[in-house]
Amino acid sequence: MKWINTKNNRPVRIKDVPEMGMDELRSQIIRRCREGRRVVSFFGMPKGQSTAIYAVLADDDASRLYISSGLMGKDRRYQSITPEAPRFHIFERELFEDTGILPEGHPWLKGVRFGHDRADRESTMERYPFFTMKGEEVHEVAVGPVHAGVIEPGHFRFMCQGEDVHHLEIQLGYQHRGVEDLMIRNYRRSGIHLAESIAGDTVIGHATAYADAMEALAGTEISRRAQSVRAIALEMERAAIHIGDLGAIANDVAYLLGNAVFGVTRTLVINTLLALCGSRFGRGLVREGGVVFDFTPDLIKEFREKLNKVYRDTELMAEEMFESASVLSRLDNTGVVDAEAARNIGLVGPAGRASGFSLDVRADHPFGIYRFYPIHKRTMNSGDVFARAYMRYIEIKQSIDFILEQFESIADDRPLMQPLKKHVPDSLVVSMTEGWRGEIVHCAVTGKKGGIVKYKIKDPSLQNWYGLAYAVRNNGISDFPLCNKSFNLSYCGNDL
Amino acid sequence: MFEILKIRKNQGHQAIPDVTKAEIRRPFRGFPSLDGSKCGRCGVCREVCPVGAISAKPLSIDLGKCVFCGDCERLCPEKSIVFTNFHKIASTSREYLIVDGSKTADEYQDGAVEARKEIKRIFGSSLKLRQVSAAGCNGCEWELNACGNPNFDMGRFGIDIVASPRHADGILITGPISANMAPALEDAYMCTPDPKIVVLAGSCAISGGVFQGSPALNREFLGRRKIDLYIPGCPVHPLTVVNGILRFIK
Ligand code: SF4
Repeated sequence: MKWINTKNNRPVRIKDVPEMGMDELRSQIIRRCREGRRVVSFFGMPKGQSTAIYAVLADDDASRLYISSGLMGKDRRYQSITPEAPRFHIFERELFEDTGILPEGHPWLKGVRFGHDRADRESTMERYPFFTMKGEEVHEVAVGPVHAGVIEPGHFRFMCQGEDVHHLEIQLGYQHRGVEDLMIRNYRRSGIHLAESIAGDTVIGHATAYADAMEALAGTEISRRAQSVRAIALEMERAAIHIGDLGAIANDVAYLLGNAVFGVTRTLVINTLLALCGSRFGRGLVREGGVVFDFTPDLIKEFREKLNKVYRDTELMAEEMFESASVLSRLDNTGVVDAEAARNIGLVGPAGRASGFSLDVRADHPFGIYRFYPIHKRTMNSGDVFARAYMRYIEIKQSIDFILEQFESIADDRPLMQPLKKHVPDSLVVSMTEGWRGEIVHCAVTGKKGGIVKYKIKDPSLQNWYGLAYAVRNNGISDFPLCNKSFNLSYCGNDL
Repeated sequence: MFEILKIRKNQGHQAIPDVTKAEIRRPFRGFPSLDGSKCGRCGVCREVCPVGAISAKPLSIDLGKCVFCGDCERLCPEKSIVFTNFHKIASTSREYLIVDGSKTADEYQDGAVEARKEIKRIFGSSLKLRQVSAAGCNGCEWELNACGNPNFDMGRFGIDIVASPRHADGILITGPISANMAPALEDAYMCTPDPKIVVLAGSCAISGGVFQGSPALNREFLGRRKIDLYIPGCPVHPLTVVNGILRFIK
């Protein structure tokens, strides 16, 4: 057995994870990736004097996860996997930055987030090795870390020929807060609060991934009702951000009516979420063992009314906007990521689905209530800003439909919250959720006494930032804001 | 054309008519009402508080640290901590943010923002701020953006967030201030012309929030500068922001 086979939220004992030499793990990975498996997590943990590298591959059609490990030799280097399986590129960069283990032959081995605990202190943000071009017509445009709007910081370096972007390099790391490290040190007291703050626009997505992981390690199945409440909140989060982003896209093409209308429609969604849990972003709702707030019949009635209004208002505005020639002329064929590029980069979430890459954790590796009420995967083909925008519109309607259906069938079982038992010791669990940006992966490893000794987080942004850089190639630089908004990636999610 | 008119008509008038009178519905967690006399000193609140915001003698909560998670309220067996939906909690003083139940929400608000003549004179009818997110998680950033949307519309009071620090009267900071962002924050501050103010929005900016104590932070900037206004929240609510700034400049 070269791999141990498991599922989303099903822990495995560390001793049951096959261990081999790093070279063998590498050829195993390459073979499995050729067969259609896909990397979802890749990280190192100290083992004796050496480091063990853990790889988690997903078989999406079979809802299976495969885990294996490779023991690092003394030279702390191995032949890079990226040239054979390009989706590994960002995972290998991350591993290199965290551990100093060198993937030889990696084509683009640069820092990912410049964490405080990175292996090489000499690798600093000031010394970032930007790709450069030379020539009379070539010029560079540098933007950030502080941007014009109210957004998180990051640095963009455009290599332009005239108005056209030949290459965009995105340098991140400004947002590094040391979340994974804090998680291990403080999870007992503030694990869920940290999870809610990994990316403050994805509170429910990350909190659910964290809570699911903790519950799986404790062997606790939370009540159906609590699962439904989590899923309803997750879909509220998705609808709210998608509506807000449609407004932002409208703003970027100077379609101001769209900006105003989507802005207030989003307000209605998040104020409705506040009516449930006291926070417009769903903070304080999800806790290990269930949820803290419940739906009363009155609240269900109010949610139904508000969401029906949101559905109608969104439809009215979106149908008009996506008919408008002046809007479409900016969205169509802008920032194209074709299907092959999307697969190679490993795009996840609506950005991937807009390029025809059909991945959705809710359907492929269902968690919580999605195991019983599956979501139908939707895709588009053109991979441009239009597709990424229209995909959001499709998903807003899908989310609202899902919530309204949940209200028809929400279980009446209790308790809403239950105490967790002790974690199983020496185990590893992979917990995946589908946030509004796409696939969120949390890997938690317990030690001898059941305490968390390793916590690995993957926000969908980690993979998708590279998609944005790719999308703007050969586009006018003035279309960058539009491309950027169509992805709307998380800086914090990348920098952790 | 008719569709657009239909949309406009359907939307009606969306701005909150008087933001100083608007309320946030329950169960929003704002100003906590504390009753130390009920407290049985079991210590549960201090054990569960993720940020160490609670002190025992007397029972008090530091709103600069609190992330308004509500866990203490939920788990307190004596109901000695109850969060009200009162949102006007911004203050010009860091110490003032520590509340112990001796003031009602209205009394708290009365003394929270120190009126300074020169501030009103210089910024009273126009305040332009440069927002710097220094490892803010995008919660406070979304809410600061919302301050300018058609609902809250703080632009009608002459309060705006501008694109360059050179156009600004001050810096509005969110996030716990990562070491990787500290130099850029300093640059933005230095680029802002005098006289200038510094506003901290959100529990992370004020105290480090859930990230306090992380070796990845560098909060030295705050030690070097005078802070003019503290706006608590996790994230800050737009009405807390708008009312806090209005009290400060009007
Ligand atoms: S509501 Fe505030 S004081 Fe209470 S536990 Fe949460 S962070 Fe601590």
